[in-house]
Amino acid sequence: MVPKKDVLLEIKELRIEGYSDEQWIEIVHGVDLTLHKGEVLGLIGESGAGKSTIGLAAMGFARDGCRISGGSIDFDGMELTTTPESDLRALRGSRIAYVAQSAAASFNPAHRIIDQHTEAPIQYRIQKRVEAQEDAMELYHRLRLPNPDEIGFRYPHQVSGGQLQRAMTAMAMACRPDLIIFDEPTTALDVTTQIEVLAAIRDIVDQFNTAAIYITHDLAVVAQMADTIKVLLKGNEVEEAPTEQMLDSPTEDYTKSLWAVRSFKRPQKQRPTGSDAVPIVSVKGVDAAYGKVKVLDDVSFDIFAGMTVAVVGESGSGKSTTARCITGLLPPTKGEIQFHGQALPPRYQDRSKDQLRQAQMIYQMADTALNPKIRISEIIGRPAQFYGGLHGAELKNRVDELLDLIELDPAKFYSRYPPELSGGQKQRVGIARALAAEPSFIICDEVTSALDQLVAEGILKLLDKLQQDLNLAYMFITHDLATVRSIADEVVVMQKGKVVEQGPKDEMFKPPHHPYTDLLLSSVPEMDPNWLTTLLEERGTDSIGEAASV
Amino acid sequence: MGDILQLVLKRLGLGLITLLVISFLIFFAVELLPGDIAQAVLGQAATPETVAALREKMGLDQPALVRYFQWLGGAVTGDFGTSLISGERVSEAISDRFINTLFLATYAAVIAVPISIILGVIVALLRNTIFDRVANVVTLTSISSPEFFLGYILILYLAVKTQYFPAIASLSSDMSFGELLHRTFLPALTLVLVVTAHMMRMTRAAIINLLASPYIEMARLKGVPPWKVIVKHALPNAWAPIINVVALNLAYLITGVVLVEVVFVYPGIGQLLVDAVSKRDFPIVQACCLIFAATFILLNLAADVGAILTNPRLRHPK
Amino acid sequence: MNSFVIGYYALLIGASCLAAYFKQRQIFLLIFSLTLVSFVTGIVGGVPALRFITIAAGLLALAAGVSYAFREFLIIITPEGVAKELRTAPLTAAFGMFVIFTYAIAGIFAPVIAPFGEAEVISSAFAPADENMLLGADQLGRDMFSRIIYGARNSVGLALTATGLAFILGAFAGLMAATKGGWFDQLMGRVADVIMSVPSLIFALLMLSIFGTSLVVIVIIVALIYSPRVFRLTRAVAGNVVVMDYIEAAKLRGEGNWYLIRKEILPNSTAPLVAEFGLEFCFVFLLIAGLSFLGLGIQPPTADWGSMVRENATLISFGELTPLIPAAAIALLTVAVNFVVDWMLFRSSGLKEV
Repeated sequence: MVPKKDVLLEIKELRIEGYSDEQWIEIVHGVDLTLHKGEVLGLIGESGAGKSTIGLAAMGFARDGCRISGGSIDFDGMELTTTPESDLRALRGSRIAYVAQSAAASFNPAHRIIDQHTEAPIQYRIQKRVEAQEDAMELYHRLRLPNPDEIGFRYPHQVSGGQLQRAMTAMAMACRPDLIIFDEPTTALDVTTQIEVLAAIRDIVDQFNTAAIYITHDLAVVAQMADTIKVLLKGNEVEEAPTEQMLDSPTEDYTKSLWAVRSFKRPQKQRPTGSDAVPIVSVKGVDAAYGKVKVLDDVSFDIFAGMTVAVVGESGSGKSTTARCITGLLPPTKGEIQFHGQALPPRYQDRSKDQLRQAQMIYQMADTALNPKIRISEIIGRPAQFYGGLHGAELKNRVDELLDLIELDPAKFYSRYPPELSGGQKQRVGIARALAAEPSFIICDEVTSALDQLVAEGILKLLDKLQQDLNLAYMFITHDLATVRSIADEVVVMQKGKVVEQGPKDEMFKPPHHPYTDLLLSSVPEMDPNWLTTLLEERGTDSIGEAASV
Repeated sequence: MGDILQLVLKRLGLGLITLLVISFLIFFAVELLPGDIAQAVLGQAATPETVAALREKMGLDQPALVRYFQWLGGAVTGDFGTSLISGERVSEAISDRFINTLFLATYAAVIAVPISIILGVIVALLRNTIFDRVANVVTLTSISSPEFFLGYILILYLAVKTQYFPAIASLSSDMSFGELLHRTFLPALTLVLVVTAHMMRMTRAAIINLLASPYIEMARLKGVPPWKVIVKHALPNAWAPIINVVALNLAYLITGVVLVEVVFVYPGIGQLLVDAVSKRDFPIVQACCLIFAATFILLNLAADVGAILTNPRLRHPK
Repeated sequence: MNSFVIGYYALLIGASCLAAYFKQRQIFLLIFSLTLVSFVTGIVGGVPALRFITIAAGLLALAAGVSYAFREFLIIITPEGVAKELRTAPLTAAFGMFVIFTYAIAGIFAPVIAPFGEAEVISSAFAPADENMLLGADQLGRDMFSRIIYGARNSVGLALTATGLAFILGAFAGLMAATKGGWFDQLMGRVADVIMSVPSLIFALLMLSIFGTSLVVIVIIVALIYSPRVFRLTRAVAGNVVVMDYIEAAKLRGEGNWYLIRKEILPNSTAPLVAEFGLEFCFVFLLIAGLSFLGLGIQPPTADWGSMVRENATLISFGELTPLIPAAAIALLTVAVNFVVDWMLFRSSGLKEV
């Protein structure tokens, strides 16, 4: 038991309400939290768990439209729920600091980075401007920002996302606070950038022995950062334990299910051999450009019936653009798309109804993929009516059949509208709409990345089952290597519009790799709490610094 | 700076083209008249000889395109031809009145702009309080009222019943500046009432929009005091929307001025335009329309250029 | 100091103290600032000014009462779904609906309600009000009240027609531009820019000077002037819908433009479009009123509020309120529509502003 005097923050029975539909609804239902000096607490939960709200409440702050309605927040002997606003303000930035999710939006575009950095120290009369600036540069050094003496004098939009996120961490450190709230600081970043930011944050928190609340939805990330993990679900605490113990032996069912999510793995299939094996889709030497900017450079790969090809890469690698070329939304400037060995017209407008029917798409955001004003029955029924010419009872039977296929009860869902459905149900309806066309090939564009992990798992299993039953070919666009491991047969790695490596999955996950594949693979956080430390040792800290300056 | 210069030049060029298109429209709209101007002016009863004579005098025998360029060339040098009714030179009829109108609009703007921006910011800070709601109702009522309604109410209570101000804004050249301000106070106030309401609402919306940005929340979470959040964090980013609001409303003044001039019998260009329209004195109509349209376009142009020049992302390119 | 003034301040100060005691901070601030304002206006304007404030407050209370009752009435007579929406309506919106409702009745049943015909001369010019003529006679001796009632039909009807036409033109062009994109979109955008770069009243005056002032001309010109606004809004709203994945899905299915507009885009654009219709109506209504006021709109003897203001304007210099009545009728309707639109816009924007 840690002595009481070491307790920095103690939250008891915290209740927070949010205003919606003309009434106050409780969104955090009595959460307790204790944080000691120098301790890092990971707050983890799915969307809507109330993580950010609790994080902000630790600063005595509630967003507009939210209010703290009960409980106590004791920060180093000060009761924040009853402290007047002016005293709370004196606390913020000096003793408690905040690092936001999107650094690009959270830096004021009108001021230089260093001026925003020195604002708090100057205001609290801790340092004079020159001292504060020197201190800022010192912090930039420690956070391994490139050109630390000069970077602060740039404006936020002149600096990359990963660097900005580190600059914001430096800003939070400006007054050497006792506590920093990190609110999903790496969620908006690519995996390779994420590593640098994680390492930088961890180092600086260590060096100054600052206590931190680290908010994230990513288990593997929190495992690297936190001493203790607290799991939240819909505004309630599920359980709390030291990191190692939490990873090894979670007690609650919900936590176990979270931990078990990535267990699904289906056997890998091999390409059909022989000369008569023709791929369903083959992308042949495709170049594409948005205006004058070339975004695809000589992309080629094949997809065979009943197989899943995962296309992986970071944002800007051209994976979604490739899908746009295949569907005909973006005609290639060079090369062609073949379907069953036949070249397709480059523009979707020129393709026949049957060609359009054969290739269907499932989207990342189920919210925008389903028209909110059309009933589920019509969303699913329209392709069947449009391509198959079904009507009346026939059409209704077909829709019922499809709803059964995606494991939704026809009696319940037939005449509902999309906004009445949960995220996972919407994604299932998206799948049914694709199936209704009776396609031979489906493009799945990040279909699970907007979903909570448990739901995502269900969708992957469903897609796999459908593939077995209907012998579908999938092109799986994703940045998530765990998804690739569980469902892919073949992998195509893309970087900056080029295919850097491709082959069967088992080969791809075994060395030797292309250097970029290697970087990508090693950057994916693992559930092992020592993963980041080990990785940094392997790579050597210098290489991180170099990668950062790219 | 190269980017900014390029953007500004591009915007200026676009403005110039718009102005040309408008001048083209204004000129050729008159060509759409059934028959032609001469016929329209003289009426159906005119003998063919008189029509032919007028046609000759107005140079209507030349092709339209030639006349357009002559007209445009004249307009650029301030020569808009002669009035069909009085035979007076249009430029002479317009020049004094144009200055009067500019004076009235400036008078209104000088009062309205600072008041409405300050009130708009205050209301934005007090958002969702009872004051905000009252301000919302009052401004909505004000923008919903026709200018002549407000004008006549002011005349009734501030001129007829109390005699504080003259009801009719007649001007003479030997007035002192103070007297001028006094005489033209009611028309200016009418314009101020309408424009202030508009400007306040737009300023409020712009500020509220800005206060929702993550960087404002960040500033608050850094413990920056509220006044400093506004002055240091919101204001530098608010220039573009505010400039836009001001320019839009100054442009709006142009339309409002026409009705207000008629209500107060103010000797401005708007009154002249209305007279000319009912008398179908086309050279004057064309000249007035061109002047109004040009002012309108210039103000919008100024707003866009202002927005470009104050955008921090453009001022400090990568 | 008479008993009215003493009672006036006693009431205000008493109410502010009560509000302060019950910790109703906002109400206290409002009443107390009204008290302070009353000190100033009382000193400047004397007792009449205070009486004016009292009457205004009384009128406001009356309007609030009527709005509240009307909202409850609507909640009772409408089906469940609509009633639920109505419960969220602020009093201003209820007031707006009440006024619109009244105007609609007046317009539709004008011949039944009005005691005299709109062009019927029944007494001498500017005759004062008596039991026959509620509001007196106008400059030709026609009954003012009857003309106001007929005005509801003529002025509002014309504005509605013009708005409707502007809407059909603008919305159709906007939807087509958003769906087709490309050169058509560009072209329509440029045309809209050009029309909108001339102030609307000026544009209307130019056109009216050329084509004369018949009703058809007015409707067409006004519709042309305001359709670019509708176009821009529709284009923007539909533009936000068109980038949705479900539109892409429908396009890739091979659906035609007509299906896209009808089934996919339009149902998702109605809320902002309905609000825009209200706003647009206000603009059109004010523009036509302005034109009529200038003598270039609806021509006599048809009763029209804008022209009635112009015709009776001379009475103002005798301290008469009569010319203000039709002007007030215009303002009241515009305010009412704006109140309703304001509520609808607030609803469709959700809690963004909070």
